[in-house]
Amino acid sequence: MEKYILPDIPDLHKIAVYEANGGYKALRKALGLKPGDVTDEVKKSGLRGRGGACFPTGLKWTFMPKQSDKPKYLCVNGDEAEPGTFKDRQIFEFNPHLLVEGSVIAAYAMGVTRVFIYVRGEYGKWVRMLETAIADAYAHGYVGENILGSGYSTNILVHKGAGAYICGEESSLMNSIEGGRGYPRVKPPFPAQFGLWGCPTTINNVESISNVPLIINNGAEWYSKIGVPKHPGPILVGVSGHVNKPGVYEMPTGLPLLEIIYKYAGGVPGDKKIKAVIPGGSSTMILRGEQLEGVCMDADSLKAAGSSVGTAGLIVMDEDTDLIQVITRISKFYYHESCGQCTPCREGTGWLWKILTRFERGEGRPEDIDLLMDIADNIEGNTICALGDAAAWPVQSMIRRFRDEFEKRVKASPVGAQTVAL
Amino acid sequence: MLSEQNIKKLDDLKKFYPTKQALVLPVLWMIQEEQGHISEDAMRYVGELLDVPFGHVLGVVTFYTMFHDKPHGKHHIEVCTNVSCMLRGSAKIVEHLEKRLGIKLGETSKDMKWTLSEVECMGSCGTAPMIAVGEEYYENLTTEQVDELLANLERT
Repeated sequence: MEKYILPDIPDLHKIAVYEANGGYKALRKALGLKPGDVTDEVKKSGLRGRGGACFPTGLKWTFMPKQSDKPKYLCVNGDEAEPGTFKDRQIFEFNPHLLVEGSVIAAYAMGVTRVFIYVRGEYGKWVRMLETAIADAYAHGYVGENILGSGYSTNILVHKGAGAYICGEESSLMNSIEGGRGYPRVKPPFPAQFGLWGCPTTINNVESISNVPLIINNGAEWYSKIGVPKHPGPILVGVSGHVNKPGVYEMPTGLPLLEIIYKYAGGVPGDKKIKAVIPGGSSTMILRGEQLEGVCMDADSLKAAGSSVGTAGLIVMDEDTDLIQVITRISKFYYHESCGQCTPCREGTGWLWKILTRFERGEGRPEDIDLLMDIADNIEGNTICALGDAAAWPVQSMIRRFRDEFEKRVKASPVGAQTVAL
Repeated sequence: MLSEQNIKKLDDLKKFYPTKQALVLPVLWMIQEEQGHISEDAMRYVGELLDVPFGHVLGVVTFYTMFHDKPHGKHHIEVCTNVSCMLRGSAKIVEHLEKRLGIKLGETSKDMKWTLSEVECMGSCGTAPMIAVGEEYYENLTTEQVDELLANLERT
């Protein structure tokens, strides 16, 4: 497939090269349309958010009030911190103008006059690359006052995070921009009604926004035919773990996971068997290697297989992988990143990690398996934001699909069924 | 407390953010870049500068992993040990660094030259294992490359 988000064009991050390859044409076209028509086009394209929830992007835009006494804001979410996810970083580095162009088009469609691009603090180097692109876009009249003589004005600013996974959660991201701790907010009210500083706000993922210029340039119908109809478009799949060629690959949605692993990522080192994969970043449910046949990288297929697309960060684990070590590390992550607002998550993530550590040492008790499940079930659905669910799903799916691995660590225990203090 | 250049930058930012509180993160970044860490005095200064309570500033500093309220070593080495790096041998990198530097994860050397930290996923999963020193990422690492890097840092 031709590549649209990350095409193989040298120096595409430079504005002259971007322009020479059709860059900012979509912006010109969009400014000639009515804002509502731009939104309609994105809605018709079928584009679904690439940040994890797969929510239809155009539909999200329609939630913004058309008339508002307050300013309207767009936040572009580049907090990218879900383990196994490293796609937005490629956009910042190799095609930042696509993101800038998409942001201005999205802002125009919603009548937004200020855009915040939130980038994780660790990406300091990439923040500077993005800021350079934005400065160039200002100098060329693509951002700022009276863009391309249209009378429409909007500004873009990069807001740098400071190392908090939770700030990728949209309401927490807004609190972080407002200068506070990254605590998620209770919804409703939803951001389109009460967002940044109480004003109508939309939050879209970096990759979602980067798809917008393609839709405007080529039309919704063209776009909707890429990949699978219910979840169309090009998608950036990050493959990591036990593969010969890890990396970010652009492809149409709906390709079989096995094709991604073997054709794109060069297969498993030493031709080992695949024991398990995590299809869409660490919070998505783990799948057994044997169940991968026919499972594809799109929302419906992965849902049917008992997982989800998430951020399309595919983590591959070969037959020699210690899955107890994997799930213990994942649980440690959620324990570290829990913001501490909700008791089930604040306490539960710590309990999960501590009990899993016991299994890692080979000291699990038989009843611990059900105890883990019980804790995870009591976190899921009982917290303000989805971090609680994100902590619960990997544990639940690991126990459901690899219960034998846990049982082995009980049996191998030198202390057998004795109680071991936490 | 802030450099003139940053005060000027701050004036530009004020036009963009509708409240002073929203400048807390950008100002804390400036202070940390200038001073290496954010002391209690600096937090009080930020509070006065932006009309927010000291407690709020303290809350923000302690919430975000990347803000440091204490000085750390001249070279801050951060190793990712999350899943994708773990699968590609981050444990070996950690072991090697601990041996070479004579400190454990989370520690700073007595001469304040080195701080070694374990960090969560840095978005470097396709180029694992990795370490970061300041803003610079070192990826697809071998222990030999770690030695080379340490030798280079030693000289600076």
